[in-house]
Parts: sequence; structure tokens; C-alpha cells
Amino acid sequence: MTTNPEDSLAEVGDVPPSTLPASRADKIGHRFLEVRDLRVHFPTDDGIVKSVDDLSFGVDRGQTLGIVGESGSGKSVTSLSVMGLHKKGTARISGEVLLDGENLVGASEERVRGLRGKRMAMIFQDPLSAMHPYYTVGSQIIEAYRIHNKVTKQVARKHAIDMLDRVGIPNPKSRADDYPHQFSGGMRQRAMIAMALSCDPELLIADEPTTALDVTVQAQILDLIRDLQQEFNSAVIIITHDLGVVAELADDIMVMYAGRAVEYSTASEIFNSPQHPYTWGLLRSMPRLDRERTARLVPIKGTPPSLINVPDGCPFNPRCPHTALTGGASHSEVPVLRDLGHGHRAACHLSAADRARLWNDNEGQTSG
Amino acid sequence: MPRRIVAASQATTPSTVLTYIVRRLIGAVILLFVVTAVTFSIFFLVPRIAGATSEDLASRYVGKTAGAEQIHEMAQKLGFTDPLYVQYGRFAKGLIVGSEYNTGTAIEQCPAPCLGYSFLKQNPVLPDILGRLPVTISLAAGAALIWVLAGVATGVLSALRRGTIFDRSAMMIALAGVSLPIFFTGMLSLSIFRDGLGWSIGGSFYKPLTEDPLLWFSSLSLPWITLAFLYAAQYARLTRAGMLETMNEDFIRTARAKGLPERTVVVKHGLRSALTPILTIFGLDIGLLLGGAILTETTFSLPGIGQYAVIAVANNDLPQVLGVTLTGAFFIVIANLVVDLMYAVVDPRVRTA
Repeated sequence: MTTNPEDSLAEVGDVPPSTLPASRADKIGHRFLEVRDLRVHFPTDDGIVKSVDDLSFGVDRGQTLGIVGESGSGKSVTSLSVMGLHKKGTARISGEVLLDGENLVGASEERVRGLRGKRMAMIFQDPLSAMHPYYTVGSQIIEAYRIHNKVTKQVARKHAIDMLDRVGIPNPKSRADDYPHQFSGGMRQRAMIAMALSCDPELLIADEPTTALDVTVQAQILDLIRDLQQEFNSAVIIITHDLGVVAELADDIMVMYAGRAVEYSTASEIFNSPQHPYTWGLLRSMPRLDRERTARLVPIKGTPPSLINVPDGCPFNPRCPHTALTGGASHSEVPVLRDLGHGHRAACHLSAADRARLWNDNEGQTSG
Repeated sequence: MPRRIVAASQATTPSTVLTYIVRRLIGAVILLFVVTAVTFSIFFLVPRIAGATSEDLASRYVGKTAGAEQIHEMAQKLGFTDPLYVQYGRFAKGLIVGSEYNTGTAIEQCPAPCLGYSFLKQNPVLPDILGRLPVTISLAAGAALIWVLAGVATGVLSALRRGTIFDRSAMMIALAGVSLPIFFTGMLSLSIFRDGLGWSIGGSFYKPLTEDPLLWFSSLSLPWITLAFLYAAQYARLTRAGMLETMNEDFIRTARAKGLPERTVVVKHGLRSALTPILTIFGLDIGLLLGGAILTETTFSLPGIGQYAVIAVANNDLPQVLGVTLTGAFFIVIANLVVDLMYAVVDPRVRTA
């Protein structure tokens, strides 16, 4: 992408959405996972549910991308499409999902299945329901390992115990013969991670990996994911509704709303100079240590729109307090994800000056 | 149905499992006595409340021309003149230690467990029931094999192809199977295959498996299918519902995310879970059927326990009715116990929760 950052500040929506912030522009085309113009629509009796629309992003090995948004913003649908876990009959998927250059959209089911678990793996929100209650933790890891590696059960078992050890489960040898319900929540998520990493995948997608866990355990699991990422040098996507989760971990952050990316940049840009009113809302509703204790958290008013009936224009307009400043554009035009400079992309009709003023005013208010 | 299975983690050692079984068996024996007491009461207490005398009861078991004297004699012989608790005590005693019966010409021994002596035929009940058991077992086992295979397979396919023509027609047929009574489907198939095509079907052709396997098979084939149709329909619906639910579970998504082939996902991860509730119902159904498939046996004139029960009720022959009730209750209780134990085998959470 050769967009000049200076030009892109103009209010034109014709810049093709790049798959990454410009900070890593040199790696264009070489990213390990690259998603281009992904669309996932579900036809239902009530109409088409547009769960994901025109979404583009990418992540490299050794890097972490955080996808942030409320429930129903399309985060999980996105990750399931990357993994090829949507049923052929129910979802209409278009666009490109390039894993190491190979397009998985439209690839044969058998081909994608061969990649699942081996080159890309996923961990889920609730490790209790995500593991089969009737099989031991060890046998579930063994099963995952043996699909992709032609080894004997003994070898696979040794590997499973080794993996349990690496994710920090004490007594891995005896714990391997326990059932998921005999593990505590945190241990279960560690076991889940051990299972996902058993085949040394290059891409790890963590879908709300800490949401179902105790707060004290959350940090441990996040640390574990970071340590393992360094050890395995894998590309990691963390999906969460909690900006705090990705604050420490993510290199890049993509904020999603109603199936679209509304802001996409490096983590420090997102936290230091957020450009979208929705991101502002997310940040303001998050408790922060650098704020006065008396400062109130400000919730985002309203609820996310139904994905069957997305509002005309900007999907965020019913909840956005600043629509009056756009001269009606936010009710008539869908804002395009534009490069605002330094690879910082946002989809907002507000002018650069308005955005700067609004964010600074707000910062002044809440910290004062 | 409350599953009071195995007090938790203790149940993992063999001795605690044994204790559990013994405790359940003692409970079962008590339950069986309650069942007999209730049956007994229905038979004797209800007519008495309605104002019938012991002579009225006894009049059923003498010839139509019998005079008052003969009836009174019969009432005494059958023990109807004794208080009710004495009569029940006599029955219960026979069950535990056996008893003797005066047939008029000789004293006959009825060893424990003595289910009593038929009022009408003057013979012990238990040998009658045991003699009919093979027929009932043959019917239940053959039908069970068919309905489990057909029902579960149909249910799984229907769930996987939800909304397709296969699913719709299978569920239509299943609805018909659940709704159509045996005496309709049975009669229909009899008139077509036995009367129309001249096949050797039904009780009049029945031979034990050990005597003539071919005739055993052919005489039971249609009863099997007819009975299995009824149950397969129910199992198909249950399996379908269970599979639809299970295949939406998170662990199925995990199994797919691991890259497992779809068949493994469906069978090893999906069906395994979906079958657990079906196991419960299967145990109870088998238990129920071993006590006699009344409609099927009657429709096909199979000399099993179900047919015996119908004859017993028609004749007002209490010992026979009691015997059949007790046999049926016995099988249900045993089936329940087996199901509970199987649960612990199938679901590890039951073992150690």
C-alpha cells in the first residue's frame, strides 16, 4: 500500500482497506495470516445476518493481534471463518483468508481440516464445555496430536504429558488420566492450551481465553499465552471484549463493531490516540489505574444493532453522541476504514480536527 | 428420573460398588413387596369396599351351576374367608419359604419363591411364567436389536441432514410409528404376510430356538419388526433431538478445531454423548418388555408372559396376576439397577463428581 499518510487525512473514502497498520507495511504480502475483504453472511428466515462485512487484517508469526468488540460484533464469527469452522450450508463466506499464502476460502474441506489443529489452532472461552466430558484430558490431547502425527499411542502420550508440563500443570503424568471436570478452571484452560499447541501450530486463535476464568487466574493464563508464543514463535490472535486483556499482550488491535472494523492500529496508537467514538467509549468504560478513583466509568449508551437490520450510514450512529458534527453523513454513508496516518485506520465521518478536540476534551474531563 | 448413583468418588473401588449394589438390591426387594401388596389390595380390598363378600369372589372359580354350599367351600379353600392380612401373609410366606397346596386329591409342594397357585387351573404359577419367559425374551431381544440399530441410525442421519427430505420423511414415518398402535400395524402386517402371502408368522408357528431356529425366526420376524417399529420411531426422535443438541456443544467445535475427520467428530464425540440418555430409556424399555409385551404377544398370539397376563386378568386369577406383576416389577427393578451402574461406566462425571 503506497498511501501517503498526509493525503489520507482528507475526507475521501477511496483508500482500499489495507490488511495492516503501516507500521508493518514492509511486510505486506508476507504476513503469515492475511485476511482480505472477508464477508460472512448467514441467510435466515428473517433476512441476511451480516456477521462480518469487508474485514481485512493480518498477523505475523511472533506477533499478537487483538480483536476487540462487544458481543455480536463478529469477533468469534471471524475467528471461526479463519479456522474454516462454519458449516458450508449455513454461512456465505467470501473474500480471502490467506494462511502462509494459501487461500482457505473455497479450499476443499479436507484441505482445511488438515490444517486445523496442525498449522492453526484455537482455544475457547469456556474450557469446561469445550472439552469432552467423557474423555480424559490426556486422551483428548493424544487425539489431537495423533491426527496430524503418525505416532504410536505411547509416543503421543509422552508428548501429551510433556505438553501438560509445559503449560504448568503439576503432576502431569497422573493429571493426564483425569477428566476435565476434575480440573480447576485455570488448569482446564491450561490443558486446553496444551491441546491446541500439541501440534506446534503457527497460528493460535484465542477466543475470549480468560472470560470464564477467575480474575486472579486470568493474568496467569495471559502470561502463559505470551510465554508460549515466544517459545513457539506463533502468530496469535486474541479475541476479547476487554481492552485490558489485550493492552499488555497485543502488538496490533482491531476494534470491531457490527461486523466491521471501526479502528485498526498498533496497540499504543489505540490506547494513546484513539480515533473512533466507539473506541473512546470502550476506553472510558474501562477502569484504569492512572485515573482518579472518583472518576466515573462512562458506559456506552444503547446496545449493538441487530445484524439483520444494521442502521443506514454508520452502524454506530444510534449510540454515537457526535453525529451532529458530521452534517448528516453518518446517517447516509457507511464510513470506510481509512488510513489517518502512521497506519492508524479508523472508520469515522468526523473530521480530524473534531476527533482531536473531542478526545482531548474527554481526556481532560475524566482525568481532572 | 432421579439418578442417585453411586455416592461419588467412593464408588471407584470395587467394594463400594458392591455395597451399593447390595443396598440397591435390598431396596428392590422391599419395592417388590410393596408392589405385591398394592396388587393384592386392588384385587381384594377394592371389591370388599364395594360390598362384595368372600362368597361373591369365590363364585368366579366354581362352575355356573354350583350351589351356595359349593361356593362357600371354595371360598374357604382359597382362603377368602380369612382376614386380608392373613391372606397376604400367606402369599408373602410362600414367596420366601415356599408353601403347600391341597389340590383336593393330594398335597403339592410349591418351593420358594412360590408365586402361588392358580385359582382356576389349580397349578403353581411360577413354572407357567418361566415356561413362557423364552418367548418373551426372544421377542424383546430381537425387537431391541432392530429398533436400536434402526432408530439410532435414522436419528443420527436425520440430525446431520436436518431439514432435508430424508429428515422430513424419516420423522414423518417416526411420527406414524409412535402413533400407530400395535394392534393396528400388527393386524395389518398379519393380514398381508401371513394370510395373504402365507408366511409362517405368529404364535401358531412358534417353536423354541433350540428346537427349530428357522421357524423360531420366521414366526417372530413380523412381531419383531412391528414391535421394533414402535420403539425405533421413539428412539429415532430421541436420537435426533439428542444429536442436534450435542452437535451444537462447544466440545464438538473443539473436536473440529483439532482437525478430526467429520465421522470421528460425529461418532466418537457426538453420538457418544447423545446416547447416554438413550441408554436410560433403553434399560427401562427392556425391563418393561421382559415383563411381557402384552399387545404384541396378543396380536400375534405368541405364548409369552404378556399373553399370560391377559388371560390371567380375564379369568380374575389373582395368583397369576400377582405372579405376572411381580415378574414385570422384578425386571424393571433389575433393569433400573443395570442402567444406573452403566451410567457410571459411560459418564465419568457420575463416577467421581
